[in-house]
Amino acid sequence: MGERELEICNRVLASVGDRAEAIVQVSTGRHALTRFANSFIHQNVAEDSTEVSLTAVVQGRLATASSTDTSDRGIGRLAEGTVTAAGLRPPDPHWPGLAAPGETAEVDHWDQATWAASPVERAAVVRAFVDAGPGTGAAGFCSTDAVITGLANSAGLSQTGRATVAQLDALARTGTSDGLGAEMSRSLGDLDGGRAGATAAQKARASADPVELDPGHYEVVLEPACVASMLDFLARAGFNAKAHAEGQSFVHLGEAQFDASVNLWSDASDPRTLGVGFDGEGTPRRRLDLVRDGVTVALAHDRRSAAQAGTRSTGHFSGDHAAGPMPTNLFLGSGTQSVDALVGAVERGLLVTDFWYIRFLDPKTQVVTGLTRNGLFLIEGGRVTSAVRNLRFTQSFVGALGPGRVLGLGDDGRLATGDLGALYGWFHHVPTLRLAAWNFTGGAKG
Amino acid sequence: MFDVATAAVEGALAAGARYADARVMTTRTEGMRAQNQVVESLRQDESAGVGVRALIGSSWGFFATPCLDNASARAAGAEAADVARASAMVAGPALELAPVTPAQADWSSAWEEHPLQIPLEAKADLLVGVTRASQDAGASLAGASYAVWDTERWFVSSEDARISQRIVECGAYMEAIAVGDSETQRRSYPGVLGQYGTRGWELVRELDLEGNAVRIAEEAQALLRAPQCPAGTTDLVLGSAQMALQIHESVGHAIELDRILGWEAGLAGTSWLELARLGELRFGSEVMNITADATLPGALGSFGYDDEGTPAQCTDIVRDGRWVGVLSGRDSAALAGVAAGGTVRGDGYSRLPMVRMTNVGMLPGTSSLDEMIAATEDGVYMDTNRSWSIDDKRLNFQFGCEIGWEIKGGVLGRMLRNPTYTGIGPQFWASMDLVGNETERRFWGTPHCGKGQPVQTGHTGHPAVPARFRNVRVGVRG
Repeated sequence: MGERELEICNRVLASVGDRAEAIVQVSTGRHALTRFANSFIHQNVAEDSTEVSLTAVVQGRLATASSTDTSDRGIGRLAEGTVTAAGLRPPDPHWPGLAAPGETAEVDHWDQATWAASPVERAAVVRAFVDAGPGTGAAGFCSTDAVITGLANSAGLSQTGRATVAQLDALARTGTSDGLGAEMSRSLGDLDGGRAGATAAQKARASADPVELDPGHYEVVLEPACVASMLDFLARAGFNAKAHAEGQSFVHLGEAQFDASVNLWSDASDPRTLGVGFDGEGTPRRRLDLVRDGVTVALAHDRRSAAQAGTRSTGHFSGDHAAGPMPTNLFLGSGTQSVDALVGAVERGLLVTDFWYIRFLDPKTQVVTGLTRNGLFLIEGGRVTSAVRNLRFTQSFVGALGPGRVLGLGDDGRLATGDLGALYGWFHHVPTLRLAAWNFTGGAKG
Repeated sequence: MFDVATAAVEGALAAGARYADARVMTTRTEGMRAQNQVVESLRQDESAGVGVRALIGSSWGFFATPCLDNASARAAGAEAADVARASAMVAGPALELAPVTPAQADWSSAWEEHPLQIPLEAKADLLVGVTRASQDAGASLAGASYAVWDTERWFVSSEDARISQRIVECGAYMEAIAVGDSETQRRSYPGVLGQYGTRGWELVRELDLEGNAVRIAEEAQALLRAPQCPAGTTDLVLGSAQMALQIHESVGHAIELDRILGWEAGLAGTSWLELARLGELRFGSEVMNITADATLPGALGSFGYDDEGTPAQCTDIVRDGRWVGVLSGRDSAALAGVAAGGTVRGDGYSRLPMVRMTNVGMLPGTSSLDEMIAATEDGVYMDTNRSWSIDDKRLNFQFGCEIGWEIKGGVLGRMLRNPTYTGIGPQFWASMDLVGNETERRFWGTPHCGKGQPVQTGHTGHPAVPARFRNVRVGVRG
């Protein structure tokens, strides 16, 4: 596994020679996505991919380039162009140097059958989803992704990794409502189109003919897709050590910024998560506790931010030093309460299935605006009493999780993608949350 | 490269496709970003490959490979046909493609200075220099970046279309961030995420980053001390940069025919527009006129032919406030009973072409910005987007701007921080009563439009002018 990719890495390093320090990553993959809407497959794509990425460093001047061409000529051009570009730019005073050979990541989130999955297998999952919701329309996708990667640098580091991801994320739709059914795993065989379709259809039917509700502060029960969205933003702009050094992060290390029930960590090696076990600088993504019993205890680092802070990389190079590091494979510790118990404890509040189109008003305060989607329900006296039309919120994510604000954590922790994760391929393992208050600032009337 | 694309099409036809097309694409990109006088990233990427579409019955399949030999291309065509056959397991209604005269053509955008031929040292000096100026003027964080794309495509279809195109695009961005105790304030130039076009490096020179670095640093600091934008309902004047974003989000996406047909429901959402009301539905006030014009020289959403071989065209979208047009491709147009709009584009060889915005923009009115402000007794002037969010039918939006000023008695007053406004699309557009004139018009371009699964990044243009809106809710805060 990864021998071909490492062989290409070594050809690139040889082509660079002693002209520069270099780090090379070669990824090959099979990616396929079957997309459906109005209960039929309307887009169905597949690709074989190859990418060679080279960072060359000449006396602290670095340039990164990539190519899809693995021929000797293509590799020669890549090496020549990257070394030349590096030499033409100003030095980076914060260049931390290459990672030395060391411990490798023992992570293998891989399923051979998913790597080999056919379009017929994906269509069968879609067929089952569609059939599980008679009387509703279906829209969404079923995808399989497989990547094999090799990484090597001129300091002697050499690693390989591989990962598969299978995902079903789809809606059942009535004329007035949508319901979400989503599953993800390393194995396509784990996805049950019928189960997800039934969940989506049940939710869509329950949220049909929603009522208007006035904006205001409501207690909320947030399902995992919502919680994953919150972690997207906390990770991207909060636990990012570069953003923190710049004064743009909410993080105050050592302070109880969250409710005492909140425990948050990153761990690519956990069998419940997905992806490759090292970052693009070659650093293993080991467990990193970010919040322990409500106290913010750590930041995610890449090698550049770590060097500036006088610490070690945590393996969270995002692929772009300008964007800074970002923790991946997040886990929010689950609780012991069932979702029914969380709902049952709410006197008057809202059950939220999903969020949509969240954007920062200010990253430092983590105030965002966004909307609910795919199922919003009024809870009265511990019971769901009606469906509600989607609402807009303007809310600080940190504030919502602050001391005393988390009233319950579900026992239903699972992998979920959030609003940004759906665009960038991030996923987190999260439970349903019950929160004391959420600031809804608008509805269908504005 | 035409032979490779032809082999892909032949492979699909031999495997049973009744229609096929293929694009060989090579893409060279370059980007650099500096912050506080340090170049933090320099990337140069090249990709090359072929993507082929196959239609069997009413079902599509698509396959892409980076291998650019004829045998691999032919195999990719066969794979696309296999994928189409699998699609037929959950097949849709009968499908014909809207007719397009097959073209044999070569097309290229125009540039004076090819941006990849500008020395890297000069580009780095520009970015480092403007961040130095901004930092010296007090910015906590001064950032600057540029991006370049040079894309060549060779398109072949089973209807004998044969089109080559080359499009060169570039642009730049600069920001100054002031970090306060409890919040940050940002000023961007020339607009949020920058300004880009289908032009050469002369576009970046015209932006005059150097001449604006100090101003944005000073404004960012002033915003930390400025009063909050008051909450309430008032008249709102938007600058052209913010209007570009407003048009993009609440008009451009809403008029995509694939959304209207429900094809994007799973991720991007649908549209409040009902096809049955095309031609009679009121979108906004009578001074609202919107076109989608892919023929504007230099604008970011311009090209010669789309990725289905349909010629670029100018389409009326909103005329005198009435909704009259959509953005469409050959399959969506046929289902809707309209002519193919020529707006289908793919983000690289490995992505399925889909309906994208071209240059969706507002036609000029009669007012200057100064006249709008002078005509406003009580209101707020806002510009440069800071946050944007809109619902999945493109109705309920809330946008935040970087900067605002109160308007009292027809005169600009205090600077306001954290200005936001919110509304419902057709009500908001119906409240527009003053539209900027030709001299206020700018061809804004944004290369960051996400759509589709797998997600694709589209390059869209938005000719925009300032405008005034009456009785808008402003000052929403968390």
